[in-house]
Amino acid sequence: VVDSQGGPAVRQLNLQTPVTQIAEQIYSIHNLMLVICLVIFVAVFGVMFYSILKHRKSLGHKAASFHESTTVEIAWTVVPFLIVIGMALPATKTVVAMKDTSNADITIKATGMQWKWGYDYLKGEGEGISFLSTLSTPRTQVGSPGVAPTEARGDNYLLEVDNQVVVPVNKKVRIITTANDVIHSWTIPAFGVKQDAIPGFVRDTWFKAEKIGVYRGQCVELCGKEHAFMPIVVNVVSDDDYKKWVDTKKKEMAAKADDPNKVWTVDELKQRGEKVYAANCVACHQASGKGVPGAFPALEGSLIVNGAKAGQVGILLNGKNAMPSWKSTLSDTEIAAVITYTRNSWSNKAAENIVQPAEVLAARK
Amino acid sequence: MSTTTVDHAHDHSHDHAHDHPHGFRRWLFATNHKDIGSLYLWFAFTMLLSGGVLALIIRAELFQPGLQLVQPEFFNQLTTMHGLIMVFGAIMPAFVGFANWMIPLQIGASDMAFARMNNFSFWLMPPAAILLVSSFWVPGGATAAGWTLYAPLSTQMGPGMDMAIFAVHIMGASSIMGSINIITTILNMRAPGMTLMKMPMFCWTWLITAYLLIAVMPVLAGAITMTLTDRHFGTSFFNAAGGGDPVMYQHIFWFFGHPEVYIMILPAFGIISQIVPAFARKPLFGYASMVYATASIAILSFIVWAHHMFTTGMPVTAQLFFMYATMLISVPTGVKVFNWVATMWKGSMTFETPMLFAVGFIFVFTIGGFTGLILAVTPIDIQLQDTYYVVAHFHYVLVAGSLFALFAGYYYWSPKWTGFMYNETRGQIHFWLSLITFNITFFPMHFLGLAGMPRRYADYPAQFTDWNTVASVGAFGFGLMQVYFILAVVIPSIRGGKAAPAKPWEGAEGLEWTVPSPAPFHTFEEPPVVK
Amino acid sequence: MSTSNAKAPYYFVPGPSKWPVLAGASLLLTMIGASAWVNAVSWGSYVNFAGIFLTMVVLYNWFGDAIAESESGKYSARIDVSYRWSMSWFIFSEVMFFAAFFGALFYARSISMPWLADLDHKVLWPDFSAQWGNAGPAGTVEAFKTMGPFPIPTINTALLLTSGVTLTISHHALRAGHRGTTAFWLAATVLLGAVFMGFQVYEYMHAYSELNLKLTSGIYGSTFFMLTGFHGFHVTMGAIMLSVVLYRVLKGHFTPEQHFAFEGAAWYWHFVDVVWLGLYVVVYWL
Ligand code: HEA
Ligand code: HEA
Ligand code: CUA
Ligand SMILES: [Cu+2]
Repeated sequence: VVDSQGGPAVRQLNLQTPVTQIAEQIYSIHNLMLVICLVIFVAVFGVMFYSILKHRKSLGHKAASFHESTTVEIAWTVVPFLIVIGMALPATKTVVAMKDTSNADITIKATGMQWKWGYDYLKGEGEGISFLSTLSTPRTQVGSPGVAPTEARGDNYLLEVDNQVVVPVNKKVRIITTANDVIHSWTIPAFGVKQDAIPGFVRDTWFKAEKIGVYRGQCVELCGKEHAFMPIVVNVVSDDDYKKWVDTKKKEMAAKADDPNKVWTVDELKQRGEKVYAANCVACHQASGKGVPGAFPALEGSLIVNGAKAGQVGILLNGKNAMPSWKSTLSDTEIAAVITYTRNSWSNKAAENIVQPAEVLAARK
Repeated sequence: MSTTTVDHAHDHSHDHAHDHPHGFRRWLFATNHKDIGSLYLWFAFTMLLSGGVLALIIRAELFQPGLQLVQPEFFNQLTTMHGLIMVFGAIMPAFVGFANWMIPLQIGASDMAFARMNNFSFWLMPPAAILLVSSFWVPGGATAAGWTLYAPLSTQMGPGMDMAIFAVHIMGASSIMGSINIITTILNMRAPGMTLMKMPMFCWTWLITAYLLIAVMPVLAGAITMTLTDRHFGTSFFNAAGGGDPVMYQHIFWFFGHPEVYIMILPAFGIISQIVPAFARKPLFGYASMVYATASIAILSFIVWAHHMFTTGMPVTAQLFFMYATMLISVPTGVKVFNWVATMWKGSMTFETPMLFAVGFIFVFTIGGFTGLILAVTPIDIQLQDTYYVVAHFHYVLVAGSLFALFAGYYYWSPKWTGFMYNETRGQIHFWLSLITFNITFFPMHFLGLAGMPRRYADYPAQFTDWNTVASVGAFGFGLMQVYFILAVVIPSIRGGKAAPAKPWEGAEGLEWTVPSPAPFHTFEEPPVVK
Repeated sequence: MSTSNAKAPYYFVPGPSKWPVLAGASLLLTMIGASAWVNAVSWGSYVNFAGIFLTMVVLYNWFGDAIAESESGKYSARIDVSYRWSMSWFIFSEVMFFAAFFGALFYARSISMPWLADLDHKVLWPDFSAQWGNAGPAGTVEAFKTMGPFPIPTINTALLLTSGVTLTISHHALRAGHRGTTAFWLAATVLLGAVFMGFQVYEYMHAYSELNLKLTSGIYGSTFFMLTGFHGFHVTMGAIMLSVVLYRVLKGHFTPEQHFAFEGAAWYWHFVDVVWLGLYVVVYWL
């Protein structure tokens, strides 16, 4: 294995190399704390081990009988108190700086979902861009109990995604976080940024990356079974490259945008739906459509999937128990496609076997 | 009312306190604090092994990157149940076991204040354990939301979650009753002449711990009750859509959770404060300041909870407040460490196993305390929160802290319990190898955390492989040492060995050493007088 | 058995008893039943009720033993002090339990509600405004009306306050050795508690049928019903305790000097009273 560029190094001992001022400050506060703690540690245990070595019964040392000293006791209450204050001061400055999310050049919303991230560029250059970002390490590198991985692991094993967040260098980027289902947490260690993404709430944080490169983090709040498989990758590029990226991304999005009023055939929808299913549903309901007994319901043979289509549309839009709402994550076409896919796959042969995007649009009200 | 209405078989004698039941009744129907103490200790050790086995599966899975042994959802169940079992099943009951055995002996009381309720407190634990452990086999398996049971992940779980909630309710009831018992015993049953400020430190720390327990266990009960109603009865406490807030769960949980970690360390401080003077042959330095420090830690523990929540996004003033308050706790804790060192200073020390574990405790606990202090610094915590650095921190304070203190206490008092001396060589082997393997297991986790490895991960980037491998090897070594402890130390010393005198330790002080070893079934039926 | 005027032991320690372990087993049954029940398993409710019933039976016998011990003069003054300490700490634990729910109400109203309505949250909830009676920004909760302080809660406040007075009169009578008066005012207290509960039930029916206010009515409904519900549960417990005490008064168990069971139940009753005052202010008025 070699070091991951913008991620952890092999056998790394300290924090990741900082690329923002905040991360820099954190790095140095941590080093300072480490040194102070070490000094206290050596002093205290120096005394203790001296005593252990010299004041032994086996050396004939006789026990003294003192058992208090107000002076000493006050001293070792006051001195640590002052040391602690000394430690808190530089930290205070950094805390205040970290919390100042005003005057950002670009605002991006990061939405945690089981188990991927959704990004929406809300303000600044690139406004309007939005995409999902999913782990791109193939499962054949991971393996599973009893099944050895069939492919060698890459350098960025579990630290790579299909769509990276792209931001310009030296610009203040404000990330606002939220979530669709449970709490996730968005972090890039090299930026000194970590912010929980809380369903129904928004929180924010910011960074200003000073070096071009790709930086990597991983979801750091337990969010269910694929918690280890939803990394975060930020690509910091030059201003020019950023402009280019925005351009291509916008064109790409325009090309991809579906007209919700287009009428599709079953096969077209099935084809499209299979992709949607693989990207969004397979983690719980499994490729076999059989789900995970006790945890995630089977779609194969499901009454909902084989029953009236309005019910299934409703559940996809609004969620139910562990099933998240897909209202804001999937487009009408995608929802229609994936429903049609489930109604015509495995052993399912639903009577109402096709849902058109327009119907989903109508159900959204 | 005539007295003859009492017609229970065991109630026939004028001094029925002398009956000494045998067989299973002795244990099932126990009202004797020593028997109940032993029950607690056996229960806790069983749970330590169960929780330990779960930890070993975790470590085996993390030996290498990739998924080799368990599916991620099962991995999360393991992590969660490991935490719950260790905290509620192993460490807490073990300290209650020590309290049962030692507090009446140390204060010259005939038993605990409410002997029957005492037995009830114990007999709530096995039902809770049954609920917890059997939840592995219900559909969907055990709860996998972490031992902190954060909403709304906990809302997604299957029936295993409900079983965990009810188990924690039962354990909470047990803790509250146990604490009421301990407080009442200490406040009301001290031998004449034993003023509060003459009381052994272990009793003091437990008095304060019991107070913490009564204050925070009901809050935990509230939090998980809200989880239960959110799950099944349509309330919206932790659901933003209905006007609730997932972060509110965290506030309520940590209002319990932070005092909880001191619940697991204060009695340990008490044990260490008994042992260090005994083997330094010198009175405890700064007894009064030890008492005040313990009380300060307890009081401060109520106003620091949100240091577990720095990354949830609080207003900056809240972050600063919780950072300062948390850092302040190192001052009274430091007082304790300094007092122990000063007790050793110019003593006449010997290093039998209890003292080894006590010194080991001070040394390694302080490392854990310092990492805690580092985590208390908000900007650093934001880097390290939910990484293996935190895992390293709390295993230093819980394993090398609480667990080592429990071992120290076992070696110190077991002669009084069993009437036999444990085998000193084996005790020393247990200490040294535990210390070494402990550090092999948990020290590398600091590096992993600093480098950014998140906790509760079933699989990790390959750059983290080497330290994980080291940790896994260490974990098996450490586990092996605990099996050695039970097989080579505990069981032989129950069966026999060198007979223990009433006071096996030259420098030990306290009423517990005035009764024979093993301590008779009934002690201090008439209280001794303390000058 | 020694004669009734024999000196009580220094500190009476009961002999082995089968009740605690049986109580533990009954609770296990209760909880297994409850876990199954909330997950809609068919046998859940039966097992749950069986467990609760067995727990009751065990406690009945257990307390019977304790009363018999007390009546046979085994409890020295020192034990009386133990009971006082334990009851005080138990009530403290109850205070903390309610604190969790009051805390939730405070947090939801004063911290998360304004948060959900602030500028940043417009991204998620464009139309939400911070107004108590809050049922959340998602609009998934049916409309309902909030519960005001008039008339029932105010009547209930008067009832509970009066019951505190009657209980004190009863206590004074007990101390003066008037058994009949003690019983009368104690009965009055229990009765007031029962009327309180009657009103409470009526209020709930009113909430469900006329205000459309339900447990599922967002955070408002959650906090309203959980706080008043747990309080009502505690009133019921207190009334049961007082009834047992009443029975024991009639049986002549208490002397003007020794009657901690009475006092303990009375403390509990006053605690429940105080919680109500808190509820009355923060749930109904504010
Ligand atoms: C026995 C249990 C125990 C104890 C005693 C402590 C003690 C402390 N803990 Fe720890 N902690 C846990 C158990 C414990 N902790 C657990 C279980 C978690 C994780 C929970 C979870 O998320 O699952 C946790 C997590 C945790 C966090 C959150 C990390 C995160 O999730 O991001 C923080 C942050 O502030 C913290 C801080 C501290 C501090 C400051 C102390 C202090 O009390 C330490 C004080 C001691 C010393 C400082 C050393 C001795 C002092 C001196 C020698 C004096 C001189 C010193 C100076 C002048 C500096 N702890
Ligand atoms: C309270 C005390 C306590 C104790 C004593 C321990 C002990 C150990 N813990 Fe624990 N741990 C926690 C409390 C504790 N832990 C908590 C609270 C968490 C957080 C959970 C969460 O994230 O929600 C945690 C999380 C945790 C993790 C992180 C998991 C994750 O994030 O996914 C890891 C990983 O290595 C770990 C390892 C260990 C190891 C190796 C031990 C070793 O000390 C164990 C030693 C082993 C034994 C004692 C077993 C010996 C037995 C045998 C060898 C076999 C015997 C056979 C039979 C009996 C048949 N623990
Ligand atoms: Cu998403 Cu962890
Ligand atoms: Cu804490």
